[in-house]
Amino acid sequence: MARIISRRKLLTGFAAASLLAGCDARHPVAGFLKSMRSFNEGFEGLIFSPSRLAPEEPASALTPERAFPSYFIADDMPFAPAGWSLKVGGMVARPGVFTLDQLKAMPRTDMRVRHHCVEGWSAVAAWHGLRLSELARAVGIDPTVRYVEFRSFDDDYWSSWDLGSALHPQTLLAYGMNGHDLHPDHGAPLRVYSAVKLGYKNVKYLTQVNFLSTRAGGGYWEDQGYDWFAGV
Amino acid sequence: MPSAASGKNFPAHDAADPRFKGRRVQPLTIRLNHWMNVLFIVLMAGSGLEIFAAYPSLGPQGAKYGWYPWQGVAPPAWLTIGGWLAGARHWHFAIAWFLVLNGVIYLAYFFGRGEWRRRLFLPARDARNAFQMFGYYLRVRKTPPPVDFYNGLQRFAYSSVVIAIVLQVLSGLAIYKPVQLHWLLALFGGYDAARVIHLLGLVFIAMFVATHIVLVSLHPRELLAMITGGKRG
Repeated sequence: MARIISRRKLLTGFAAASLLAGCDARHPVAGFLKSMRSFNEGFEGLIFSPSRLAPEEPASALTPERAFPSYFIADDMPFAPAGWSLKVGGMVARPGVFTLDQLKAMPRTDMRVRHHCVEGWSAVAAWHGLRLSELARAVGIDPTVRYVEFRSFDDDYWSSWDLGSALHPQTLLAYGMNGHDLHPDHGAPLRVYSAVKLGYKNVKYLTQVNFLSTRAGGGYWEDQGYDWFAGV
Repeated sequence: MPSAASGKNFPAHDAADPRFKGRRVQPLTIRLNHWMNVLFIVLMAGSGLEIFAAYPSLGPQGAKYGWYPWQGVAPPAWLTIGGWLAGARHWHFAIAWFLVLNGVIYLAYFFGRGEWRRRLFLPARDARNAFQMFGYYLRVRKTPPPVDFYNGLQRFAYSSVVIAIVLQVLSGLAIYKPVQLHWLLALFGGYDAARVIHLLGLVFIAMFVATHIVLVSLHPRELLAMITGGKRG
């Protein structure tokens, strides 16, 4: 009996230790792992180059579109509300609202790049849209801006980014994929698509872009424990 | 300077080698390094398997590799560390730095203090001896070949696992930062190929560890030396 109790105590001790170490999915990361996570966030920022480009993939590497995974967090596939437009705000000189046609009238960028999912798979697609840096120029961002926040109409899915990655030449507000307009499963009518971030940072079903000098929280997955920087 | 090692003058290192006079068989730096590695490699392997479990397949979406027979088969949960993908990533990317630091200290000691002379696999000196030792383990040879500090097969195994860990760090960095380090990724043949190499590295290290545990249990004096340091030269 005594042995059973002591073993139970031992197991409780292990459970407490693993909780402290951040093993539990429902608890934020603490202690050693939290320190290392900040360290790695610094490392990710340090290794990120605003001008280093992801290589263009050949057409032969394209993933068949039905094999390119997609997801949303809402119960049902989110569809754009009637009269959809993109709201751009935060620390900017000219906050405003952009229709899809206005965004399509801005300089267009096309790229065919490899997608890296946090789960470990990769896939290739072509993306068509405008560089986020074009939009930043259009609204005149303040020198104090350090973060960009993307919000969506897919429930409360959102993500915040470092400004450097957001202004990277391969970070787009994409309205097209593989030569056609975005389909609803890939975030129609407008989504973030970047070659320098893991998949979950690329917010689909966009409603808002906010240029901010501080950030509160990290995003839908980030606040559950996934890395905030998540660069590739 | 003693003559360069060759197949003819095995053993190259003997008890009288003045270079290792007064130094234990397993100096403190190497013992600490070894036992830290045990901890780090267990944590890296367990968290790595939990990360692998999130997409337990090889090859890109829509073009998974046909030669891999276990597409979609996740490793058993009892082998994994971290609880879920995000937790496993925190463990993996935290411990990776300590593994690298430990490795840098080991290699600095290995080359700086001349340990490579008695530990590194040098084909001209060790290849023949390694084959003979292998034959002895397979019972096709009745007597073991001459052994100095290590036999040739030990040098081969220990040197190749060091190289495997270096390759694990490099292939891991390549799939951690496939765009920022795409020159490194290209050396491994691209993202999905590098991920395969990273998994094969784990398989190799696991096979080494299993063999190592069997052999050290047959030669407990070696295990004792890795704890106490053994006798001084």
